[in-house]
Amino acid sequence: MDTIDKFQINSKFQIPNIFYFGFSHWCLFGIWCLLPVIYHFLLPAFSFAEELSLHGFLQTNYSVRANDDNPQGAKQGNLILGEERAQLKASFYPQKSKIGMFVKSDFYHDWVEEDWTFDFREGYLDFMEDKFGLRVGRQIYTWGVGDLLFINDVFPKDWEALYSGRPLEYLKIGMDSLKLDIYSDIVSAEAVIMPNFQADDLPSVGRFHFFDPYPNIPNRELEKPDSAFEKFGNMEYALRLYRNIGDFEFGAYAYKGFFRTAGMKADNFNSPSTISQFYPELAVYGLSAQRSAFGGVVSAEYGYYDSLDDRNGKDPGINNSQSRFLVGYQKAFPQDFTVGIQYYSELMHQYSQYEDNLPPTFAKISELHQYLTLRLTKLLKYQTLKLSLFTFYSLDEEDFFIIPEVSYNFTDNLLGVIGMNIFAGAEDNTTFGQHKKDTNIYVTVRHSF
Amino acid sequence: MRTIKMLFVLSLLIFASFAGKVSFAKGELSADDIIAKSRFVFYYAGDDMKAKVLMELINKDGQKRIRELTMLRKNLGEGGNQKYFMYFHKPSDVKDTTFMVYKYPDRDDDRWLFIPSINLVKRIAANDKYSSFVGSDFTYEDVSGRKPDEDKHTLLRKETLNGKNCFVIESMPIGASEYTKRISWIDETNFLPLKEEFYDKQNELYRQFEAQEIKDINGILTATKRVMKNIKTGHRTEATFQEVEYNLGIGDDVFSERYLRRPPLEWIR
Repeated sequence: MDTIDKFQINSKFQIPNIFYFGFSHWCLFGIWCLLPVIYHFLLPAFSFAEELSLHGFLQTNYSVRANDDNPQGAKQGNLILGEERAQLKASFYPQKSKIGMFVKSDFYHDWVEEDWTFDFREGYLDFMEDKFGLRVGRQIYTWGVGDLLFINDVFPKDWEALYSGRPLEYLKIGMDSLKLDIYSDIVSAEAVIMPNFQADDLPSVGRFHFFDPYPNIPNRELEKPDSAFEKFGNMEYALRLYRNIGDFEFGAYAYKGFFRTAGMKADNFNSPSTISQFYPELAVYGLSAQRSAFGGVVSAEYGYYDSLDDRNGKDPGINNSQSRFLVGYQKAFPQDFTVGIQYYSELMHQYSQYEDNLPPTFAKISELHQYLTLRLTKLLKYQTLKLSLFTFYSLDEEDFFIIPEVSYNFTDNLLGVIGMNIFAGAEDNTTFGQHKKDTNIYVTVRHSF
Repeated sequence: MRTIKMLFVLSLLIFASFAGKVSFAKGELSADDIIAKSRFVFYYAGDDMKAKVLMELINKDGQKRIRELTMLRKNLGEGGNQKYFMYFHKPSDVKDTTFMVYKYPDRDDDRWLFIPSINLVKRIAANDKYSSFVGSDFTYEDVSGRKPDEDKHTLLRKETLNGKNCFVIESMPIGASEYTKRISWIDETNFLPLKEEFYDKQNELYRQFEAQEIKDINGILTATKRVMKNIKTGHRTEATFQEVEYNLGIGDDVFSERYLRRPPLEWIR
């Protein structure tokens, strides 16, 4: 979780202006009306209906800032998020075939930007053999044992989605990649190569307040690593090995690629005239373990973040190397009540070099940066009503991020969610403290089909 | 495998005969024997089992919700350990979700849930055996069974239920339990539980189980329609077991992270 500003970049393509409203409006309306019809009436008519599956949802999702202190560049006042979205998922896995495919794509209208966008979220081909599997295309990965805390999960995340109350699945961004699964009794493996770098989506200009060490230099070039098809050295590699030993589930991980939040280059960090941003190189090595213990489930994870472009820790524009630790425990109580707690910390290496080179305008990070999290979940009314609370608290930065949420299944297909993202903190330049004016209330209504 | 299973049954029976407090004339089964046998035929039939289960969750106003899943079960020999794998077909918002349970009679289960939208295998804390299974009236314990020695069993009487001769057995929990008393009607000929009543602290009936349809599947009698009704809320769950098959030789490797992430198509369709 970085406090450095980032400007929106993404792989979504946008429909040209001429299509705004009018024609595309009606198209979207048409698609929304037609999808359930196709699903309920046309699909069962085909003989391969069992092998072809077509599902999705229509969703409306709004988030409003709880106060009127809007950030500079806010386009729609308090509205942080306002969208109508259609998602379509199609999969085709023929019987007795070793090949299958899956596609998931969203089409939505964004009231903040007032535009229509396609978001190709996932799409891949599967080749399945007895001892291995190959998956090629855009896919989502979730590794590690943390709950909303990620160490060896080095894949891109959309933090803005989490902070503005989108459903959890939008925290993860699909990666264009090739994955090889190897299954064996000794150890199983997932090996991933990713040619196209994808950064995290951080809270963006106009939607969120955030700390910027150089507010007077708004124009910054952002240099994204070229695709590995152009520069082979930019290929990202990720490996996960896993097996069970007795009651333990072990994982070992390695990654070589880039930080997903930008670092900074400046002609002079103390009084810069030009600033540019780029993604420094990173390698990560880690381990995880999990088992039943103490009447619940105990998890532990470790990762060494090797900051390849700043191993001596002297460059203030690049994160130093770190060791990251996580210990978690979850326990279920009678009547559908579950409690999860986690302790997480980042130990910065070469800390004295960091201190010596830290520009005065930067927020100073503690040598040991720590979080405690608490998750409470209660299900009621035959699990149709869910009350949940997730809390981040940083011991050293003294800031909070609290997510209370109520969700209710009106029917199997109709879900309503209301919740808050509460940011609080002593300072304006800490991970969550910088967003403390962005506490928001969000609503989601989803019709699945 | 079959030998191990037989040994397991035998050990249960031996255990039951020592623990039995109620014994009838020579040659008659004790209450503990009956419960042990009943548990075996209901939860351990075959070496493995596959079934497509349609659960209809119906509230007192008649509003219906649906859970459709394919369930795979494999017995693991001595000790009564079992592995379960479940793949959800419906409703659409949980389609492709998979759920895996390693069941140990002597300690808490291990449970894993796969959430396809974020490609996440999540380990679930599992000491809540009285929690509702997927929002139905069945608890986890109803789905996978309860150890006979967790209750003290008494044979109350024999009577006919829907024309079938039944043992009527009262089971009083020894430790903490969701219920304070359970009365079971167990078919004298095949030991299947045909009806169960669960009583709460006020000694009032609050849940009632009925096996409404029994089918012979390759020589194994199976309750293919199971209804659990909550008397106090009026809510009920009707579980229909379709396409039941036994002794398919389901491999141990199916019950693994690999197949949680990529459901085994040859078994789940």
